Amino acid sequence: MNETPAASGKVGVGEIFGAFLLIGATSFGGGVVAYLRSSLVEKHQWVDDKTFVEMLSISQSLPGLNATNMAILVGDRLRGAVGAIAAILGVCLPGALLMYVVGTLYHVHGSRPLVTAMLHGVAAAAIGLILATTVQLGRRSLDGIYDLVFVALAVIGVNRLHLSVPYVLLGVGALGILWYRPRPGQTEGSGQ
Amino acid sequence: MNSQIPALIRVFAYLSLLTVGGGLAAFPELEILTVNVHHWLTFPQLIHLYSVGQMAPGPNMMMIVSIGDWAAGLPGAVVVLMAFFFPTALFALVTGRLWIRLEKWPWRASIQRGLAPVSIGLLLAGCLTLARGAATGLVTVGIAVVVFTVLLRSRINPALLVLGGALVGLLALR
Repeated sequence: MNETPAASGKVGVGEIFGAFLLIGATSFGGGVVAYLRSSLVEKHQWVDDKTFVEMLSISQSLPGLNATNMAILVGDRLRGAVGAIAAILGVCLPGALLMYVVGTLYHVHGSRPLVTAMLHGVAAAAIGLILATTVQLGRRSLDGIYDLVFVALAVIGVNRLHLSVPYVLLGVGALGILWYRPRPGQTEGSGQ
Repeated sequence: MNSQIPALIRVFAYLSLLTVGGGLAAFPELEILTVNVHHWLTFPQLIHLYSVGQMAPGPNMMMIVSIGDWAAGLPGAVVVLMAFFFPTALFALVTGRLWIRLEKWPWRASIQRGLAPVSIGLLLAGCLTLARGAATGLVTVGIAVVVFTVLLRSRINPALLVLGGALVGLLALR
């Protein structure tokens, strides 16, 4: 087992898998971060709140979904690479099985008018859901007019100029990182 | 049937690297590659799968399993999952360990701070791409606005609202 900075003593691989499997099976509705927090911080007390928020901000800066990045980071901290594998398998398995079944059903019945009407409604609601999630995330992580400029640049680049996502990510990302570059006399990354 | 497997691996490994901030950030590129380039499914089908996938528990991109299944059967579904999650998982494992050691490195905070607005922008861009295909009339825009407003003002489980959207669609969009 790789020794990463251990938060708590010995947590079994099976325990890790079980906890993440439960999160993966019950976190209906997209708010998987809330389920992660209530399981990992409150129920199991494997990480404290400060570490959780820190890991979450790392998860958001890295490519990969928040839920799977969190599984990797927490699993690794608890039990090294094996723990990370157990965690990501657990959190992915239930949703993957469910979507396999749903996809098969949709393939067979998806063109029925009633199903199509229902799915149009689901898609419309999903827009409201993901927009709300994005706004809530933005409220927590954005600060000031310059952040909004970077947000706008990314949106215009993808949706108006039809640049491909990696160019926008690297271009606007580099601009953002340089804008918030370390300055002498500042310890926190609160540039400008 | 398995001739699609190499393309599935390439596409989903590539897409996974774009998901900074969330799976939605890769949505514009997901549309181009799966619909326009490889014709694995249509844009309306992609929107339906993606939206239904928002209700499923766990990471919210599990709908990629269905794309893999449609393109190449069960092996396609498995391959897509591995291609989509392995690169970023490895990256998170390595960077996560490095990140802890770099606590005093001043650029660490700059990277986190500077990438935050870009990832929000990419998520919004994904929202807009999805809205282009899904918010097409008065009823659908209405549903989206109601769900958005309710979610910002209450702590109701979003899955219930999405089910509500399905019901309204069933009654109003036939």
